Amino acid sequence: MRSPVIDAKDLNLVFETNDGPVQALKDVNLSIERGDFVSFIGPSGCGKTTFLRCIAALEHPTSGSLTVNGISPDEARKARSYGYVFQAAGLYPWRTIAGNVKLPLEIMGYTQADQEERVRKVLSLVDLDGFAKKFPWQLSGGMQQRASIARALAFDADILLMDEPFGALDEIVRDRLNEELLKLWGATGKTIGFVTHSIPEAVYLSTKIVVMSPRPGRITDVIESTLPKERPLDIRDSAEFLAIAHRVREGLRAGHAYD
Amino acid sequence: MKKSILPIVTVLAAIVVIWYAGAVWLNSQWTYDQAARADVEVTFSEVVADTLSQDRPVLPAPHQVAKGLWDGIAGQKITSKRSLVYHGWITFSATMAGFGLGTVAGILLAVGIVHSRAMDMSVMPWAIASQTIPILAIAPMVIVVLASLGIKGMLPKAIIAAYLSFFPVLVGMVKGLRAPDAMQLDLLRTYNASDAQSFWKLRLPASMPYLFASLKVGIAAALVGTIVAELPAGATQGLGARLLSGSYYGQTIQIWAALFGAAILAALLVLVVGVVERITLKRKGMAQ
Repeated sequence: MRSPVIDAKDLNLVFETNDGPVQALKDVNLSIERGDFVSFIGPSGCGKTTFLRCIAALEHPTSGSLTVNGISPDEARKARSYGYVFQAAGLYPWRTIAGNVKLPLEIMGYTQADQEERVRKVLSLVDLDGFAKKFPWQLSGGMQQRASIARALAFDADILLMDEPFGALDEIVRDRLNEELLKLWGATGKTIGFVTHSIPEAVYLSTKIVVMSPRPGRITDVIESTLPKERPLDIRDSAEFLAIAHRVREGLRAGHAYD
Repeated sequence: MKKSILPIVTVLAAIVVIWYAGAVWLNSQWTYDQAARADVEVTFSEVVADTLSQDRPVLPAPHQVAKGLWDGIAGQKITSKRSLVYHGWITFSATMAGFGLGTVAGILLAVGIVHSRAMDMSVMPWAIASQTIPILAIAPMVIVVLASLGIKGMLPKAIIAAYLSFFPVLVGMVKGLRAPDAMQLDLLRTYNASDAQSFWKLRLPASMPYLFASLKVGIAAALVGTIVAELPAGATQGLGARLLSGSYYGQTIQIWAALFGAAILAALLVLVVGVVERITLKRKGMAQ
């Protein structure tokens, strides 16, 4: 039996704040298989970002067990097993687009020739071929976010963690990037963890949708998508799509997310 | 460009007018005293003419200062002891040495403060305390102590210049090195980057705009420090010495010429830092 890429058992995380302890994650159990596209959806404060950060070893659970690629998250981080895309592109203004994509490669010690080759490849993967020598401020927000995805794809990590990467973009740009992200996922076969608060986005992208609710942050439903792997944008008008979206909404309601 | 010239010229003209009026007013006492001693009456136009052409006016008129400045810069061989270029060069070289020392010290301390909690807690209060001590009080002591150790010439002046200029660099660099936000630091954590890599690839480039803002303050402070250091212990070279000897002998025009010489030097230094800033940031893509 193949072991899951990400495996959380009875995961709890309590933040100590000035107003007393806050239970950010409560008894989270989840396993993610290789090649899954998993969305985490829920309102603010439901712990979806916190859970993603736990996987990335940027937060540390208070109790329970969590493994990434069969090892601890911190070991996985040191083995550079994942690429992380933040809500803001966070490109270095003093580096060109190519220079930004090269950043992790420089840090990880790839050879010069390999760096050039990889930059060229991932920039074409995110459709930014002609922009290698441009500086970030010369690009639109959507293009900057594509560059930041390229940066996360440049090195050999088989997991891609994305924290509301398209949250700050308008709906039209978002639709396009969603479509491109699906293509990327198909082309690279990476395991993707994707945080969002958009129901259509979650349903359109995912093979598995994790519905979460706040206070305390917990999982209320895990939905295995029945949609095919090939997903044109208009699949969002199909009955199957709407049924899944309905179930997500029900899950959010059950978690009192609308209160 | 055209739009910005008119207000500048207006303000400049207003300053000159007020200055002339001030010169007439402040210098007239001496004119009246002279007239009383000679037992003659003076008309207003005679008073004005006299107050603007005294040898040792309380406040020299603009054209007198301009002439003194011109004589000092262009009217002498630049190796002459009466040349402002000569004295300016002495001050300039000590300023640059002090500025260099201060900048290096400021940057090194900032790096230490950002990377070590112990240094953060211990160095900063001392750095702030150092700037609350009047430089006029400390400069003579440094000069005297170093002179007794046989160290004379440029180095003591440079040390005092550095004492003033390290502080803005330190404060600016601490701020600049801490400028990267949590997300950018998290990103480097996900790459498992070392502290050294974070420093060279993120913190240092991010601090550049802060550094240059500090350097402009720092270089002006270094010049002030050098001039103050030239005042005590009978220094004979530099703009500070020129100021001092001017005040010994009541040569107010010489004082003002040296003052303006120092101001022009300061403006040029800040301008040069600004140009270097523009070129650097442009090459780094940080200026549009």
